[in-house]
Amino acid sequence: MPKGIDRNEVQRLVAEKNAQLVEVLPSPEYDQEHLPGAINIPLKELNRETAMQLDRSRPVITYCHDYQ
Amino acid sequence: MGFEAYEYEDGKRDWGSFGLPREGKLAETPSAGEVAIRNVPTCTLDNDLHSVLQRVRDQGWDTCFVVTDDRVVLGRLGRRALASDDESTVERAMSEGPSTVRPSIGIDALMKRMDERGLTTFPVTTPDGRLVGLVRRTDAEKALASASRNA
Repeated sequence: MPKGIDRNEVQRLVAEKNAQLVEVLPSPEYDQEHLPGAINIPLKELNRETAMQLDRSRPVITYCHDYQ
Repeated sequence: MGFEAYEYEDGKRDWGSFGLPREGKLAETPSAGEVAIRNVPTCTLDNDLHSVLQRVRDQGWDTCFVVTDDRVVLGRLGRRALASDDESTVERAMSEGPSTVRPSIGIDALMKRMDERGLTTFPVTTPDGRLVGLVRRTDAEKALASASRNA
């Protein structure tokens, strides 16, 4: 299970550890607005194959619209 | 080897409401947080009212926000308060709990809200009530026109 974090920790991990941001909402919502540098892997498409585009040596931070 | 995985539980609604940078189509429209003037005058409840009024007038402002030590907005000294020396304390002179917007609101939506309420300025606060700044309608119009030209 991923560890829950707040926006301050998001900023720290991106700045200090070059963390990768992944928005898991459908692509139309990602196109409207997303966090800087985030990539889009919709939750329904998140699998071993789509996760291959992520760098395993860097932290991964997933997010959606709000707490679900 | 697995991922070092985290979940930003509050998500992009939280991110936007604190006026943090964003990308995408909506980001092409300036937000209230981007247009707000940050160095708007503030005072605290225990400040001497007459000193506050003098300072605000000297700075050429017609408003001052009454805040706690960590900038949570308690009230606002508006034009009427600034034009009068009748009250004795900041607390008596201020209007409590002014309407505010979050930094993430687009200025087109904010201008519509200003029109509906007949306002020329609107304070911007974070979800926990801390003052970000003040949007003036004139600044919002300029920012919107500039964004349209650059689109």
